[in-house]
Amino acid sequence: MESAAVDTALRWIVLAPLLGAAGNGLLNRRLPRRLVGLVACGTVALSFVLAVRLFLRLLQLPPAERILTDSLGAWFSLGRLTVDLGFSMDQLGAVMALVVTGVSFLIHVYSLGYMAHDAGFQRFFAYMNLFVFFMLTLVLGENLLLLFVGWEGVGLCSYLLISFWFGEEANAAAGKKAFVVNRIGDFGFLIGIFLIGTTLLPHLGAGEGLFSFGTLAAHRDLLAPVATAVGLLLFLGATGKSAQIPLYIWLPDAMAGPTPVSALIHAATMVTAGVYMLARLHFIYVMSPTAMLVVAIVGAATALFSATIALAQNDIKRVLAYSTVSQLGYMVLACGVGAFAAGIFHLMTHAFFKALLFLGSGSVIHAMSNTQDMRVMGGLRRALPITFWTFLAATLAIAGIFPLAGFFSKDEILWRAFSSGVGGHVLWVVGFLAAGLTAFYMMRLVVLTFFGRNRASEKVREHIHESPPTMTVPLVVLAILSVVGGWIGWPHVLGGSNRFAQWLEPVFHGGAAAASAPAPGGALGETAALLHQALVETPHAVGRGLTEGLQEWILMLASLGIGLLGLAFGYWLYARRIRIVERLRSLAGGALYRLVANKYYVDEAYEAVFIKPGYALSRRVLWKWIDAGLIDGLLVNGSALCVAIAGAVLRLFQNGMIRFYAYIFVLGVTAFVLYLTLAT
Amino acid sequence: MAIGLTHFLVLATALFLIGMVGVLVRRNAIIMLMSIELMLSATNIAFAAFSRHWGDASGQVFVLMNFAVAAAEAAIGLGILVEIYRRRRTVNVDELKTLME
Repeated sequence: MESAAVDTALRWIVLAPLLGAAGNGLLNRRLPRRLVGLVACGTVALSFVLAVRLFLRLLQLPPAERILTDSLGAWFSLGRLTVDLGFSMDQLGAVMALVVTGVSFLIHVYSLGYMAHDAGFQRFFAYMNLFVFFMLTLVLGENLLLLFVGWEGVGLCSYLLISFWFGEEANAAAGKKAFVVNRIGDFGFLIGIFLIGTTLLPHLGAGEGLFSFGTLAAHRDLLAPVATAVGLLLFLGATGKSAQIPLYIWLPDAMAGPTPVSALIHAATMVTAGVYMLARLHFIYVMSPTAMLVVAIVGAATALFSATIALAQNDIKRVLAYSTVSQLGYMVLACGVGAFAAGIFHLMTHAFFKALLFLGSGSVIHAMSNTQDMRVMGGLRRALPITFWTFLAATLAIAGIFPLAGFFSKDEILWRAFSSGVGGHVLWVVGFLAAGLTAFYMMRLVVLTFFGRNRASEKVREHIHESPPTMTVPLVVLAILSVVGGWIGWPHVLGGSNRFAQWLEPVFHGGAAAASAPAPGGALGETAALLHQALVETPHAVGRGLTEGLQEWILMLASLGIGLLGLAFGYWLYARRIRIVERLRSLAGGALYRLVANKYYVDEAYEAVFIKPGYALSRRVLWKWIDAGLIDGLLVNGSALCVAIAGAVLRLFQNGMIRFYAYIFVLGVTAFVLYLTLAT
Repeated sequence: MAIGLTHFLVLATALFLIGMVGVLVRRNAIIMLMSIELMLSATNIAFAAFSRHWGDASGQVFVLMNFAVAAAEAAIGLGILVEIYRRRRTVNVDELKTLME
């Protein structure tokens, strides 16, 4: 935080997409498609190039001073509370900015082809650019309030893009659902911010930005008493944004938007906001073992729970949506066990392969004349070779097969979940099972889509074609990233140096120091010490005993094994023994299958528990009593009635009789004079 | 018995009350206007009396100003009444109530 280098290029990373959004969205006229595409992709490309440039600049600085700042001046100042409109880029911000701009750029290019025939072409790219702007505000903002601005902004853009084809009721409803569910989380987030503010404000020196991450980190000891409350409230926001139990329900429905939107927002960027927030505010979380435990449990539970739902979905995008929820669960689990770097690492690799999976599914949907049901697909391997091979690469990556990207990040999370003191080995078992399920349902998806016979109608089948180069080139680039992207985190055990964890280490080092500081309370101190151990000691293999290395080897082979097993089992079951699937389906009278296929009836349960009573409350009490009775009846009509009565009384005095007026006047003056006389 | 402040004030009060009663009880607008003039005159007497009593000329300044006001009021009031009479053929205030509503 001290001696931060200033670089004004930082603001242009954030502002360039905003300019693109303004150019495409605010000009009240239709621009040629070529120009729209050029502006939209160009501005994001500019952001990416600048992000790379600043990343290279960061590389040249010594590790402890790797932070660039850029302030646009004060945002507002109220008494002691000052908030800067500034951006900063440290190691974590650099990773996020590179992932966001890089993946966004590829998806923008892909959208050129995917949306080529859409009437809302210009509106689409305006929203996409606006989204990138808000996402970059979120990851590069130097204080919590700017993060919150981005947080809300991506929520807004998500709403706009999910209900992009708002002509259909279902799409509009999905957009609304995403927005409302996110708002529930944001409510907790906002209260968390208030709590930080009221706790810190009295202790603040002059000129310190209250919500600046630097200030928060410097005063973290003041936040220790409220760390659990703050952590849990902020985490409620993260469960909304990053689709964790209990607020994950919006993400699968968000598939109503165009497929590039699913890839951009619901796989690669927006949903990672919660994980980023956990990593950014790690110093608060490590002070509260309770919050960490909750985070870890929610993450692990989400990973397994949504993986089981993905087993029984027939919509290709829905399978991917639940797999996203599941993978986000891994990232949250990583944060919960103190392995923030591993969580961010998985975030990055996941951004590559999940964007690829979604874009590949978009290519499939494109070829299948907008069919999303896997039951009528099949045999697309020969017709769509590029899509097939890239999709397969992503599948192997998400299944955690060596040496693709997903292997390294998922393995590191599982290893850290096993070795950290938080939650025991249960978390590892849950994550391990989810990894097997992931491999299985991904293989099921691949087999149903690309293998076997095509089950579509004649008309659709005639139409099947490989996508244009604007769509396939991003697929290939993402496929390469999905293969090699994990190599920067090559673990020590395999003779690598885990550059990724090293790179992020200075960011999380501060948090580790806080955890190692003597904490109040015995149990708290004990867990904090464990956290410290997890945070500081395990990333470095230096001095690790042989048994521990052996343990890591075994775990690595186990997770690789279960990935391969899941893939093999999925292939065997769906390509060779489809009858067994039928039999499994009718297990327990088909009740089990129906339960999973209907997503455990969670939506229905929420409907019954929250929405129905909410409607009833609104209808019976809020509408009939409060609105119609109190506000309309008493306040609005009541005050009107008062005026009417007063008017009727005063009207008696206005009878047009001048002499009557004179009487009143004389009486008044007499009374006034009498009052003056008697008063003195 | 010398004529003192009290006598002037009694006279002024009497005149004022006569004017006031005139305004209150008569229906003829011209009489009402005259009654108002009477009340103004009563205040003039009071002003002049106090001015003499305290040896302060400002009271007499007010008297002069009151004259001007009374003259203007009489001129405008009579002008309005003449116009009303031309249109309505009456100056009975009880019949002039079209502005009631």
